[in-house]
Amino acid sequence: MDLTLKVWRQKNSQAKGKMETYPISDISEDSSFLEMMDVLNGNLINSGKEPVAFDHDCREGICGMCSMYINGQAHGPMRGTTTCQLHMRSFRDGETIYIEPWRSGSMPVIKDLVVDRSAFDRIQQAGGFVSVNTSGNTQDANAVPIPKVNADKAFDAAACIGCAACVATCKNSSAMLFVAAKVSQYSYLPQGEVEAKDRVVNMVNQMDKEGFGNCTNTGACEVECPKGISLEYIARMNREYVSATISSEKK
Amino acid sequence: MEFLVSRTFYARGQTGQQLLLGAYSAMNRQIAKGKIQMFSRHEMVELVKVDGKARGIIARNLITGELERHSAHAVVIASGGYGNVFFLSTNAMGSNTTAAWKIHRNGAFFANPCYTQIHPTCIPRSGEHQSKLTLMSESLRNDGRIWVPKNLEDAEKIRSKTIKPTELKEEDRDYYLERRYPAFGNLVPRDVASRAAKERCDAGYGVNSTGEAVYLDFSAAIERYGKEKALVSGIKQPSVEKIIELGEEVVEQKYGNLFQMYEKIVAENPYKTPMMIYPAVHYTMGGVWVDYNLMTTIPGCYCIGEANFSDHGANRLGASALMQGLADGYFVLPYTIGDFLANDIRTGPISTDLKEFEIAEKNVSDTIDKLMSIKGDKPVDYFHKRLGKVMWEFAGMARNKEGLEHAISEIKTIRKEFWENVRIPGDKDEMNTELEKAGRVADFLELGELFAKDGLERSESRGRTF
Amino acid sequence: MALSGLFLIIFLVTHLVINSFTLAPSKELFNDAAHFMATNPVIYLMQYVLALGFIIHIGMGIKLTLQNRKARPKSYAYNQPSKNADLSSRSMIISGGLVIVFLILHLRDYFYEIKFVGLPSGTTDYDLVVNLFSSPIYTGVYVISFIVLGFHLNHGFKSAFQSVGANHKKYNPAIKIAGTAYSILISVGFSTIAVVHFINQYSFN
Repeated sequence: MDLTLKVWRQKNSQAKGKMETYPISDISEDSSFLEMMDVLNGNLINSGKEPVAFDHDCREGICGMCSMYINGQAHGPMRGTTTCQLHMRSFRDGETIYIEPWRSGSMPVIKDLVVDRSAFDRIQQAGGFVSVNTSGNTQDANAVPIPKVNADKAFDAAACIGCAACVATCKNSSAMLFVAAKVSQYSYLPQGEVEAKDRVVNMVNQMDKEGFGNCTNTGACEVECPKGISLEYIARMNREYVSATISSEKK
Repeated sequence: MEFLVSRTFYARGQTGQQLLLGAYSAMNRQIAKGKIQMFSRHEMVELVKVDGKARGIIARNLITGELERHSAHAVVIASGGYGNVFFLSTNAMGSNTTAAWKIHRNGAFFANPCYTQIHPTCIPRSGEHQSKLTLMSESLRNDGRIWVPKNLEDAEKIRSKTIKPTELKEEDRDYYLERRYPAFGNLVPRDVASRAAKERCDAGYGVNSTGEAVYLDFSAAIERYGKEKALVSGIKQPSVEKIIELGEEVVEQKYGNLFQMYEKIVAENPYKTPMMIYPAVHYTMGGVWVDYNLMTTIPGCYCIGEANFSDHGANRLGASALMQGLADGYFVLPYTIGDFLANDIRTGPISTDLKEFEIAEKNVSDTIDKLMSIKGDKPVDYFHKRLGKVMWEFAGMARNKEGLEHAISEIKTIRKEFWENVRIPGDKDEMNTELEKAGRVADFLELGELFAKDGLERSESRGRTF
Repeated sequence: MALSGLFLIIFLVTHLVINSFTLAPSKELFNDAAHFMATNPVIYLMQYVLALGFIIHIGMGIKLTLQNRKARPKSYAYNQPSKNADLSSRSMIISGGLVIVFLILHLRDYFYEIKFVGLPSGTTDYDLVVNLFSSPIYTGVYVISFIVLGFHLNHGFKSAFQSVGANHKKYNPAIKIAGTAYSILISVGFSTIAVVHFINQYSFN
């Protein structure tokens, strides 16, 4: 198939950047979107230009690196799919494809389609862990009985890969779905319950400090999330946050 | 109702991911406490030795291109395997051998480089554009039956899409693993399964357009589960459709996300038609030599996880890479590194102004300048793909003397051409993905030769080496 | 936002009930109710609470919208927001803004008119209502405003529940249905009253 690509190019974080147009031909339907970008880059290098920089790693939908806003949707038109899992058979011959990086004030563009998601690291450093020193004290996980429903809910939340598609698609650039997933992953389990109050308050505060927007429950994040994280985690986090603020031991 | 004992601890087809998230969150806690500093988007490009001991590294900031000096009393390399020397592997695109290779070039022995594992159940290559191979969890082998058509004409028809695999009757199917290995059937060890698949495909029975694929069929399992479920649910005399429906539900519970992933990539429904699989490079048992304390032959330089050679010998068993990650990082190194550091208890901080750091940094800087100045006409991937093809053909699942000798000379040629003709656009003082790739491929072009040399030395059949 | 929104949701129901009294056979029912609302000390206090509710809701809405816009300094060259969020959820500031415009007109017509200008002698509150709705343009503006309000409520209702954490798969369908029913009730309810008065002017003469 032949396509016209409109790609965001930006030399570095200070540069203004703009959309460039690149025609491309002979792309196989079975190739993945990133393999198509590889072909584009090969063409660019051969014609003496700089290739498009983009984040990628596992190319299997689990690492959370690939992050392209394709034709106005995070990770492209398919649901429950990351950019690397998108295949060219989802596009028509002759189509024009717009490719942009995630856009959010809290995730500045580093170059072309690469953005800085260290805000997510800082949010996780604020509380996304269980304070246990397990060296030498490991306990058999099966010794702690946990209702399967809770374990399943925690696991569904733990499926979040931190790709930030939720932030990218949210009209308010809010990170609530991400924070809710990371908070819920722990708060459903007894080991995580111990610090649940501090965790939710600290992580939400860090999220606000990073400059992410506020949630107005449009639900766009849930639709675009490649791992299908549900809005119910946001509601749960809202409950946790309110209860923690009211009943916290801290002043 | 008892199923067969599960193969290993299993977390919905993302066991590794969840272990990673657990370790990552523990790391975050330490970062928040100020005990660890994290430098993301940095790459180690050289080891620094002072008085023969590993005392730090040179790292390149991948965003600004700056070279940084980091000093320490000991260095631990946990940089993973070198499967990407084959270009196509199940490894992530960023995986490389540079950190391990640099310490080897600084004197750390490298052991068993030619011991690589080729995993039998990966999604086959769909064309020339293929950039990596996707692993399907080996747990699928618990329930799938592997087969190719018995007759060459049927194989041809399937490849040209004239007939569908579901149309082939049982007697026209060759369940070759069950045929060749009656005791273990479809559960033979990885290397046996991989070699058997390649053998059938080389003989012309491959079932996809590249001729490199065999079937992993779940229809028997679906039927079996369906019957069991019907029995448990008290449904008397269930219809064939009902059995299949119930069976598919059970299979979805067990492997749902794997089947979904397969369908996304191949655009075929594995519930209704057999899955296609083919072996792919997955793990490297070889690596940097370490003693029982996980220290390399460079004092103060440790190497853990897939980057070292230990634990697996010539054949790695399922989930044992995860096991090694835990064993090395959690049970062993925390206790053995103290022994080395104890001797340095009176050594103050190591200064990064030492001559050794200056020299190391200059070496890196010179190499980068050299790479940038070549300005040939082939991109890095061109050389990487060529190397990968040579490795797969001559240093892959089955090797012989002529093939390996050919590989060695081919790799030498490719390396020479690389240093004369690679083209790296852009600048070194900013993010430059081609420069990053070039450094890694340069190291692969050296490792590849060592790999083939090692293979040549071993005139034996051991584990995964045939 | 959620709390002030929930408060206003309750207010709207009360207002609709009282307005529906204008459809009663006797005009005394509405006039008595209006009188009660104007003189009862508790209601008198609630006026201020209501005003506060509106101010908080509007103020926060504007503040949060500006904050959220700042969170994305550079917009997408090509975006398809309709693919994953419905229009009412994405345009609350606009529908809200239109409701504010309506509110100003509404307050001037009734609150300001009754409290500060004073009705001509002999005219009751009921008469004021009926007279105002004799104009087709006036009625049209009000009906359009009610539709916009319904649109605003369509997202607001469900969103308020989600924000306070009331999300459970057993009750979510009920909340969704209640939200839609509520917006239709308010929108159609108020509009019906307006239109009935407009039509009735012809049947009197």
